[in-house]
Amino acid sequence: MTEPEKKHLFDDPRNVRRLMYALYALCGLSLLLDFVIHRHVDHPWEALWGFYCLYGFVACVLLVLVAKEMRKLLMRGEDYYDE
Amino acid sequence: MNSVAPFLIFYAGGLLMALLPDAQRRLLALAIPLIGAWNLYGLEAGASATLTLFDHTLVLVQLDRLSELFGYLFHLAAFIGFIYAFTLRDRMQQVAAMLYAGSALGAVFAGDLLTLFVFWELLALTSVFLVLARRTARAFGAAMRYLVIQIGSGVLLLAGALLVIAETGDVTFTAMTLEGLGPWLIFLAIGIKCCFPGLHNWLTDAYPESTPAGTVFLSAFTTKVAVYALARAFPGTELLVYIGATMAMFPIFFAVIENDLRRVLAYSLINQVGFMVVGIGIGTELAINGAVAHAFNDVIFKGLLFMTMGAVLLRTGRMNGSDLGGLYKSMPWTTGFCIVGAASISAFPLFSGFVSKSMVMVAALEAHHEIVWLALLFASAGVFHHAGIKIPYFAFYAHDSGLRCREAPRSMLVAMGLAAALCLFIGSYPWLLYDRLPFPVNYEPYTAAHILTQSQLLFFSALAFVWLNLKGLYPPELPSTNLDVEWSYRRLLPAAAGAVRRVAGSGFGALGEGGQRLVTGGVNGAEGLLLRVGLLGRVWSTRTIALWVLLLLVVYVFLEYL
Repeated sequence: MTEPEKKHLFDDPRNVRRLMYALYALCGLSLLLDFVIHRHVDHPWEALWGFYCLYGFVACVLLVLVAKEMRKLLMRGEDYYDE
Repeated sequence: MNSVAPFLIFYAGGLLMALLPDAQRRLLALAIPLIGAWNLYGLEAGASATLTLFDHTLVLVQLDRLSELFGYLFHLAAFIGFIYAFTLRDRMQQVAAMLYAGSALGAVFAGDLLTLFVFWELLALTSVFLVLARRTARAFGAAMRYLVIQIGSGVLLLAGALLVIAETGDVTFTAMTLEGLGPWLIFLAIGIKCCFPGLHNWLTDAYPESTPAGTVFLSAFTTKVAVYALARAFPGTELLVYIGATMAMFPIFFAVIENDLRRVLAYSLINQVGFMVVGIGIGTELAINGAVAHAFNDVIFKGLLFMTMGAVLLRTGRMNGSDLGGLYKSMPWTTGFCIVGAASISAFPLFSGFVSKSMVMVAALEAHHEIVWLALLFASAGVFHHAGIKIPYFAFYAHDSGLRCREAPRSMLVAMGLAAALCLFIGSYPWLLYDRLPFPVNYEPYTAAHILTQSQLLFFSALAFVWLNLKGLYPPELPSTNLDVEWSYRRLLPAAAGAVRRVAGSGFGALGEGGQRLVTGGVNGAEGLLLRVGLLGRVWSTRTIALWVLLLLVVYVFLEYL
């Protein structure tokens, strides 16, 4: 018999939730700071409120959705080249 | 102080290592990069170690700020790599890695095109053993494809170099413009090693098939020699801006759906080299500084990420995201180091990517490349997504795969710890690196605006990952192969060649004796006709013939392999 394994950090769903809340808080905080910090900009787009937040979010969603579509075209079996 | 050519120390060390037993061999492997760095420290600027070949002077060692920085970088990478490989008992792999590092040093200090060519080919010949060292059928196949493509790159470099030398009468390896066949061939040769789009597949094919330590060495040298050569030969070539932006973009889509985590990192390597290529293409002082600084940082953080994945491979024997997960329980240190590497490649404030990638981004805006800037910003968000989150998440967290193993060997932890410390040190105190860049640096990475915007970009990219996961939209890791350009030479060409052979063979056979005689006669007649017309009879210049012979050789090697 192996002895029961010790509980690890993310075995407790509460810790996963805490991590999520921390991320949401960081997102909210960084967005709010956009009001406070006068950003030096090299380009007018950058000056838009929340530009980087929106761009980061949309870019990643697009990236994943497009990549998923690519699977339909490009995905083959694991041993495709060995057959 | 009397210094010798940096590559000599590594070559001599490598040959000595081939003779020594395990215990002494691994100690010597650690000593060589240190001795080499001391030697480099005493090396004088300008040309040294020259050699006369016919009426040309070959410069084996040319030291300036650009080659010096890459020189130190390669010593550092070799040192970290040999700490990582300390427990390795594989003579072939250790000797190959040492000679490979020496070849990289030979290439960056080469003052002329012919010396560059020699080390360019030696890079290929020494590194292929690191792929072969995995000793699997898959690795063997990948190694042979790797070798053919790398040698091909060298052949193109030689052809281009000979044309340039014939044109200018000068063998010096220096900046050139893309006019005429010679410079284009050199551009293409560097482009292959640099993973230009479409020429990139050798890297994602071969690197993930190598051994845990082999991939760490491979990721450090070949592509960075190419970046160096590009910065030397083609700074400010606008075409590179668009090539680089494409390189930064397309691999991230492949990385998202790739299952083999070291292959994910290989795609991510191309994405990072894309940023460097854009910087070289812009060509301003800030942009070149950014490209070189990012190359420096990339060797360390990408090496670190490959080291953590190598440790996982060593301990679990698996590398697919679909088989892994939950390893933070067994390998907490490796997990921590992986997160440092992930934060560095994602350019979090205080980590090394933050202080170098942004130089290229700012330079792109300053040069009014707005669309390219948007593409790089997309790629920055994307790199956090696939390298920053995906790698640590699927290896160490995600669902618990039930795998339980030991933590990585102590020597590997030391190597990873050293690389992680460097990522943090350069990230929080970049000026030591900035002072060694090719041009004086007037760039301040730690402004409130930069810290805020980069944090916003990364936090909301992370938010997108969480949201996609909660919605069930995130593509699961699946055991699969994703088709890339390699499909054309691993499937399409062999199939086409087979079909042609079958049709020709059956057609000839079906002709019967009389028909066959007719065909043979026809061929002979055509040959005679060509002779009379003069296509075969006329006097060709040696240069044209050399080019044709070269072309035939390339085709022959290629067909032979198929």
